[in-house]
Amino acid sequence: MNKPVKPEDTGAILKVVGTRPIRPDGVEKVTGRAAYGADLHLPGMLIGKVKRSPHAHARIISIDTRKALALPGVKAVMTSADMPDLAAEHYEAGESASNLKDLSANVMARGKVLYHGHAVAAVAATSNAIADQALDLIDIVYETLPHVIDVEEAMAPDAPILHDHMFTAGLGETPTNASNIATKHRLDRGDLAAGFASADVIVETRYSSAAVHQGYIEPHACVASYAADGQTQVWSSSQGHFVIRGLCAKLLKLRFSDVRVIPAEIGGGFGGKTTVYLEPLALVLSQKSGHPVKMVMTREEVFRATGPTSASVVTVKMGAKTDGTITAAQVDLKFQAGAFAGSPVGAAVMTSLACYDVANFEVTGWDVVTNSPKVAAYRAPGAPNAALGVECAVDELAEKLGMDPMAIREKNAVRDGVRAPYGPVYKNIGYVETLEAIKSHPHMAIPLGPNQGRGIAAGFWFNIGGESTVNVSINEDGTAIVSTGSPDIGGSRASMAMMAAEVLGIGVEQVRPIVADTASIGFSTVTGGSRTTFATGMAVVQAAEKLVIDLKRRAAETWGVEIDQVVWQEGAAHCLQAGKAPKGSLTLAALAGSAGKTGGPIATVVALNAQGAGPGFGVHVCDVEVDPETGQVTVLRYTAAQDVGKAIHPAYVEGQIQGGVAQGIGWALNEEYVFSTGGIMENAGFLDYRVPVASDLPMIDAIMVEVPNPAHPYGAKGVGEVPIVPPLAALAIAVRHATGVRMHDLPLSPSKIRAAIDANAR
Amino acid sequence: MSKQRTAATVNGDPVEFLSDPGQTLLDVLRDELHLTGSKEGCGSGDCGACSVIMDGRLVCSCLVLAAEVEGCRVETIEGLSTGSTLHPLQQKFLDHAALQCGFCTPGILMASKALLDANPDPTESEARYWLAGNLCRCTGYDKIIKAVLDTAAELRQDRKSA
Repeated sequence: MNKPVKPEDTGAILKVVGTRPIRPDGVEKVTGRAAYGADLHLPGMLIGKVKRSPHAHARIISIDTRKALALPGVKAVMTSADMPDLAAEHYEAGESASNLKDLSANVMARGKVLYHGHAVAAVAATSNAIADQALDLIDIVYETLPHVIDVEEAMAPDAPILHDHMFTAGLGETPTNASNIATKHRLDRGDLAAGFASADVIVETRYSSAAVHQGYIEPHACVASYAADGQTQVWSSSQGHFVIRGLCAKLLKLRFSDVRVIPAEIGGGFGGKTTVYLEPLALVLSQKSGHPVKMVMTREEVFRATGPTSASVVTVKMGAKTDGTITAAQVDLKFQAGAFAGSPVGAAVMTSLACYDVANFEVTGWDVVTNSPKVAAYRAPGAPNAALGVECAVDELAEKLGMDPMAIREKNAVRDGVRAPYGPVYKNIGYVETLEAIKSHPHMAIPLGPNQGRGIAAGFWFNIGGESTVNVSINEDGTAIVSTGSPDIGGSRASMAMMAAEVLGIGVEQVRPIVADTASIGFSTVTGGSRTTFATGMAVVQAAEKLVIDLKRRAAETWGVEIDQVVWQEGAAHCLQAGKAPKGSLTLAALAGSAGKTGGPIATVVALNAQGAGPGFGVHVCDVEVDPETGQVTVLRYTAAQDVGKAIHPAYVEGQIQGGVAQGIGWALNEEYVFSTGGIMENAGFLDYRVPVASDLPMIDAIMVEVPNPAHPYGAKGVGEVPIVPPLAALAIAVRHATGVRMHDLPLSPSKIRAAIDANAR
Repeated sequence: MSKQRTAATVNGDPVEFLSDPGQTLLDVLRDELHLTGSKEGCGSGDCGACSVIMDGRLVCSCLVLAAEVEGCRVETIEGLSTGSTLHPLQQKFLDHAALQCGFCTPGILMASKALLDANPDPTESEARYWLAGNLCRCTGYDKIIKAVLDTAAELRQDRKSA
């Protein structure tokens, strides 16, 4: 009877987890009061702006800032000469490592500009108009250089070289000539030749996708205030204010304790706000001018100088027996990194075959620098590009075998006990269950009309855990505050409050979750890798459990009984020993009100490095109709099933799935960076870079499959990234079945589809 | 280049402000009147994050010159609720979890209000086309459309029983 109340014991009777309460930050957001990066105003604040390169590749001969500095109202002008010249050093920033030398040269060009839009100088002035005028007064002399943007052209031996010091790593020997190929990645198992020799059918195919931007609606924005004593405050909208602090401190050689980063609300990130662009510049400008400096990017700057993710070329050779057993797979992935090394090709290599139990495979990946903006993380970085090639190849294989596309996936599906292509043995995965959820879904039985096609594709993402700090305190009236260091992009404050409420046995409205700044809580890495509900959530649960133990001790002392005579239920301590407790129980409010007599404030902190994030699998089915006259694709219906472990707040889990699908549809059908022959992005605005709008999409049916992750107190797995992995392939396959032609190059624009239909008819 | 004086009504209150000829209504709302609920996502009228209602008409405030609002009635997100009582659209957006990051939300709410003012019984397709000028990158629009249609149904019911 006196067994401790552990979450696993209450699994069947969860009161809060799994419900759909209104998010605690909701009212602020529907009334316009939530403060994002650009919404802060400080006394004496200046406006900072960036002068950007008009060339895709050029040597900087000279920069003359004198005229700009002489303009009345201009308080500071900076170039890379005002920043430390750093040695190459890797800095772990959550999902990905940054090379500090490269990062410094990306936020402010040093010696060369490597893409159109690359920052070259920055000014701070008393108004927008004066700052704009000052930018025009900066004289820069360039020596233009030949440029290269296409990933395969950049790999050619005669390509213009971006970095004279870059020699391809991963070849086994150090090459003698500099190359745009930063790294060759390789992953293999078994005997590839034997695998293909035993195959009855082989397909060889190639798929490409264009660079696409994360497309968060809030442009990058920050305010920096550098005081005379070196104490610095930065308000910034990011996916991780501790990483902003670390990068600013490293890039400018400041003490971490001198940099306090306060998280603004973030208006979308999708991976793209896990690094710095403006913050170090605003700090330098603030230091030089002695004023706080606000910097806000225009949409054009967001497109030209931040994000995107890699354009890629994926070739796949796959062999199978007549019964559908895949005997061998060879995958080659070429990824555009942008101006500096560090595309997500490594993750693409590891995820490419993660849904398939294949004995013999070889996967190679190429990280290639190009004269385009340095790529940034974008939702399951690398995995959608890889899945496009692999899932379409599986569909081609199924077609050649005359096999149902669902059956070939079931036949080769990874299950518990199978060693993942990237190393670990799968445990508690829900891939087969997810396939089953789609197979038995009514969507699959809907008949298709003329010019309509159905596409099925699967997707995988690792999900991560990582470092989080959480502080839970009980207020004097028995309500609770949950502080985390994890920025809330899509509703995580709601899930944090729910998990704390569940453990404490109180209503979710009694818990106030906040995102604390870098000086108010311990280190927490970025909100990325689908880690926050898992890792920060685990810390919340552990902290709340520690408090329950403390509360039981206080009740036991009050009653004069042993702690094992106290149980915690329904937000109150209950005494098991008859006659000891006058009322039989002590509520949280009662214990909180008398905390001074039982040991003082009721508060605790948990800092952890969460392990055991459960990998996520999704299976999507979509129906399209293609207008044979225009080539226009209409998405008729879309169903996405995903193993989410346990949905803490199901509405926001559905929202993650629906949002990821929408971004994937945009990637498949509309979105792409279009470059001129001069290397200038020609569609740097939302009119010409067309993200999906409401009228482009149908309702998106999100099916949550729940195969619990035992490493999390309630079974949660990360959910945010998997849903963008399958759509590229699902759309391409659906278009193939609607038109009879295989489209190999994304986006599937009407003109391309029309041309392919015409070519097929000839 | 002298500043121009403009008088208008914002959320029912009289306001006066000075603006440069090139300043937009959005600039004045955010920087002069400190109504930062309207957001700038693009500055070119493509994203709708700055949507406000001007004399009953839905506009992108980044495309309206500040001086153009002389004598006009401007409604922004800050005026959507009545005191501490949320507008039904605001409540339904919360109920349906129709927002994630929330950055596009003020603009989408104002556009949705303009829709329901003009058409109390929109079909799903009409709602999708009306809101096609308001980008949301987080939600895939699914829950937004459901919230708008649910609000419309509730408002029709309220009118019937009134």
